[in-house]
Amino acid sequence: MTVAIIDYGSGNLHSAAKAFERAARSMEDPQAIKVTRDPDAVYRADCIVLPGVGAFADCRRGVDAVDGMLEALTEAVRVKARPFFGICVGMQLMATRGKEHVITEGFNWIGGDVEKIEPRDVSLKVPHMGWNTLDMVREHPVLERLPLGPKGRHAYFVHSYHLNAANEADVLARADYGGPVTAIVGKDTAIGTQFHPEKSQRFGLALIANFLKWKP
Amino acid sequence: MFKVRVIPCLDVKDGRVVKGVNFVDLRDAGDPVEAAIAYDAAGADELTFLDITATHENRGIMLDVVRRTAEACFMPLTVGGGVRTVDDIKTLLRSGADKVSINSAAVSRREFVKEAAEKYGEQCIVVAIDAKRVKRAGGSDRWEIFTHGGRNATGIDAIEYAQEVVALGAGEILLTSMDRDGTRQGFDLPLTRAIADSVPVPVIASGGVGNLDHLVDGVREGHATGVLAASIFHFGEFTIRQAKDHMVRAGLPMRLDP
Repeated sequence: MTVAIIDYGSGNLHSAAKAFERAARSMEDPQAIKVTRDPDAVYRADCIVLPGVGAFADCRRGVDAVDGMLEALTEAVRVKARPFFGICVGMQLMATRGKEHVITEGFNWIGGDVEKIEPRDVSLKVPHMGWNTLDMVREHPVLERLPLGPKGRHAYFVHSYHLNAANEADVLARADYGGPVTAIVGKDTAIGTQFHPEKSQRFGLALIANFLKWKP
Repeated sequence: MFKVRVIPCLDVKDGRVVKGVNFVDLRDAGDPVEAAIAYDAAGADELTFLDITATHENRGIMLDVVRRTAEACFMPLTVGGGVRTVDDIKTLLRSGADKVSINSAAVSRREFVKEAAEKYGEQCIVVAIDAKRVKRAGGSDRWEIFTHGGRNATGIDAIEYAQEVVALGAGEILLTSMDRDGTRQGFDLPLTRAIADSVPVPVIASGGVGNLDHLVDGVREGHATGVLAASIFHFGEFTIRQAKDHMVRAGLPMRLDP
């Protein structure tokens, strides 16, 4: 089993790789974590992780700049149905469009736009930066045995935009920050988190372990 | 529910923690990575490293510290000190820092904040502001920006400066009162509140914490969304958990995950 973490210059690549390595080590059948910018390795991988921090358009450019990467990724996830995990902007790229500063096309795997969060309570600061609890919207194998809800564990968020999904069925969990913020999306064999599991201590590692165990 | 952050800060010089950390049985009290691991286990919400290495040659040591910390700790890490170029930011982020804090380089050239935010995103650009109250003849007091650990006056108004760097792309302000730093008298609450109320981004209060009530005051009176402290944690006076429990008793929303 091989997990390909796509290297397209994203800032959180190192942390993401280390967190996946740690989570993989805790499993009975440890998977090899491979950081790669080779489209062929992504195409052949058993599951794929797309990290991402920064601006939507910049991340999209980063993916496009690796020759053949988008094609390999699309083929692996959408045709070969390989499990996919998008992190932060890696998750946002799953949307139809990003609207951060400029309008940028996403992968359109999950219908909806990535829009600025606008907390109703004006004393709440943007970026939404820090720890928040998650409310489950839909059950999913990657959420198994994770303590969610107001008394559950926390995830670490750092973002000003979120994926406003067109279909409620694509949302697995939300956070509340002066209004609903999309926290986890899932459709077919792809999931994505707005927060950073690689920075969410034990909770994040447990979520990653669930993803690695998932056989959709 | 969104929670208030408690952030220990470690001063690191040539890859060693200045004065050491004595709150737990560490094999090496001067190793920043060991200290980071201990704070991670103790439930700190973030960790900040301030690199006070003087020589350029020894700056690479910090990258190794960051890299080893990111391998062992799955918590948010901010690194500041000597960040002057977009390349400095790139190497820190690639080593495993989540946020980079810019201080004097932003004072001398504001455009640096914009370049950094455009390249890496506002979410990872923290501007550290060191401010001091200045008496003005015939006018009211105001806070001004100081550099070089409070020694160099710039004459720049702190509130205007905060608004300016946020407009340029700072995603967070780390605000230190140079009047209170090291005094243990508590944060400069009017300063913290004046800055927090004048910018839309999170403000972390720093400088002067001497007891746990000060942490509560920083949030309640100062309107900070996070509180940073060093010595009260490093020397074992209070644990992170004691700080958080105290803040919960005061009615603040805190993260108490095991």
